[in-house]
Amino acid sequence: MTDATSSQAPAATPSPVHSSLLTQSALMKKRNAAEARFKAYGVAAICVSLSVLAIMLCTIFSDGVSAFKQASLTFPVTLDADALDPKGNRDRAEMMRVTTIGYTKLLNAQLLAHLETRGISTEGVTDKDVAAFISRDTPARLRDMVLESPELLGQTIKVEGFATGRIDGYLKGRVTRDTAALDTNISVAQLDLADLMKNEGILATRFNWSFLTNPDASDQRPEAAGLGVALIGSAYMMALVVIMVLPLGVAASIYLEEFAPRNRWTDLIEVNISNLAAVPSIVYGILGLAIFINFAKFPQSSPLVGALVLTLMTLPTIIIATRAAIRAVPPSIRDAALGVGASKMQTVFHHVLPLAAPGILTGTILGLASALGETAPLLLIGMVAFVANYPAGPLDGGVLDPATALPVQVYSWASRSDPAFIERSAGAIIVLLAFLVTMNIIAIILRRRFERRW
Amino acid sequence: MYDAPNLETRVTQTNTKITARGVQVYYGDKQALQDVNVDILDNTVTAFIGPSGCGKSTFLRCLNRMNDTISSARVVGEILLDGENIYDKRVDPVQLRAKVGMVFQKPNPFPKSIYDNVAYGPKIHGLTRSKAELDEIVESSLRKAALWKEVKDRLGEPGTGLSGGQQQRLCIARAVATAPEVLLMDEPCSALDPIATAQVEELIDELRASFSVVIVTHSMQQAARVSQKTAFFHLGNLVEYGDTSHIFTNPSDPRTESYITGRIG
Repeated sequence: MTDATSSQAPAATPSPVHSSLLTQSALMKKRNAAEARFKAYGVAAICVSLSVLAIMLCTIFSDGVSAFKQASLTFPVTLDADALDPKGNRDRAEMMRVTTIGYTKLLNAQLLAHLETRGISTEGVTDKDVAAFISRDTPARLRDMVLESPELLGQTIKVEGFATGRIDGYLKGRVTRDTAALDTNISVAQLDLADLMKNEGILATRFNWSFLTNPDASDQRPEAAGLGVALIGSAYMMALVVIMVLPLGVAASIYLEEFAPRNRWTDLIEVNISNLAAVPSIVYGILGLAIFINFAKFPQSSPLVGALVLTLMTLPTIIIATRAAIRAVPPSIRDAALGVGASKMQTVFHHVLPLAAPGILTGTILGLASALGETAPLLLIGMVAFVANYPAGPLDGGVLDPATALPVQVYSWASRSDPAFIERSAGAIIVLLAFLVTMNIIAIILRRRFERRW
Repeated sequence: MYDAPNLETRVTQTNTKITARGVQVYYGDKQALQDVNVDILDNTVTAFIGPSGCGKSTFLRCLNRMNDTISSARVVGEILLDGENIYDKRVDPVQLRAKVGMVFQKPNPFPKSIYDNVAYGPKIHGLTRSKAELDEIVESSLRKAALWKEVKDRLGEPGTGLSGGQQQRLCIARAVATAPEVLLMDEPCSALDPIATAQVEELIDELRASFSVVIVTHSMQQAARVSQKTAFFHLGNLVEYGDTSHIFTNPSDPRTESYITGRIG
């Protein structure tokens, strides 16, 4: 109800020009064209990003899928008791004296013999060339097997072992006759033999579970390298990060958003949190090195230190996301709760947090996803090391054992010279992506569950 | 339009429930309310009217210390509830709010079931010892809010799924469930259609039997319909306070007269 104002006509109204609605005016055409152009830019931008994504995924998958398959040799081996247990007393300590070299010799001889019985000509290749088919991983495995169950001695067993990286590459199409001609590690004659062995069923490619379970392997035997240690390391770190970052982040956000007074100190804290979210991750690595390893003397390369560093790194992101989620809860809900006499804490825990939970979860998962893919800080705390032993179980102090992480494994494989490692590197990226997709699916499911916003 | 219910507008009570003396409210450096002195009676509907920004809602929120949630707000003076100063240092505002319930401008049911909405207050204040007692409180509160018949078969359904008028009555039931002595209503009908408004107004008149009701309203017709006492606020001052019939027929202050006749506002 305002005071009535005199109904004066505005000073200058444009005089109406009669025009038909059926034809567009020049200005209208221009405006429509601008709108159409803007839409086209948008569609183009989306197309470009989608095609880049598609190209990226195609490259990764075409390079990496082959890492999940592996050429292996299958042939019968008679475990010669005289060679493997010279004293003949089946004593473990005595049998340990026979090194992998002894087993290598046995395997080489048996493979040659098997080729002969199957009538595969080894013309043009030396015995050494044939022996080069067998991965160095195989004798070691056979030795472990025999030491484990000495009763196998004297028996003939079927041995299945990896073929070496070059042969594997030939079966997968990475190594061709042209490249073999230039390669000192493999000859064209060996490839011919590989063809013959493949036809006879001695050499075949199979799905490679050991890519997911084996620990890393040295440069000489890329075929045996696997992600086992990296997977365990990443899983430990993610679990520890969730355990540490969620309570810290949510508690800090609730306090800052609902309880803290607005003053110079909280402003300062706010600015700092925003800035910390933008600090390059490698800086956290240096921090972790200085504090957790050099000062607190935690073991190097351990998932615990990695998790602590990643927690510090994701904390600001999670605090920012959580505060935004808490702020998005309508104030009327807080009024309602306070109005019926709920205390501040009851208001927050009974009404605000349940409504903010989906947002908090999304923020947490985004933070974890970035933590999972983080490489730089882990390099500085020594998680890039070559780790050939599995860490112990989580309850046996496994978080203090050396381990690597998936992205670090990708990095270290990509920097090795043998092309077989490049393939594995792409395979590891696929596993990393699968890990991420799984985490996101879990997040979506949890969100749906919490999001019963009546 | 609808038939305006014929409500009681005569003052029948003389017991003072709330006494405000020299209440001043500041938001930061800005003074929002100047020197308000008022006696609010028990079992009476008291209406606060006035143009926007005149301080009527501010004063209402002083009565259950909801202003405490605004960090810049500062209240001077004293407000006595049954003779006890609610701004005394020893008073816990949480305890006060159980005694002085509030209904807000926009219906704001919790995103929970109808039952949980009403049961929440009694639960946190420990008013019940058994599920049966709680059921009873929920039923009686919903009956008092004239909502029981409409929702008794769907207590498990979300409170936010009700219509606007039903939601507001649910909020009234929620406020009533903690057995308050005073019920504050901040423009409870401004988001409702005329039919829902009529229902809520009728309800307010019924609630008068059990509570002292204080209602802030923009609608002078509403104030005239439901209240027995009216306070007119203007620019942070309490201009005039008296019987509703008196204020609307024979205001003593020229500003009140201007407002109710539509010349200012």
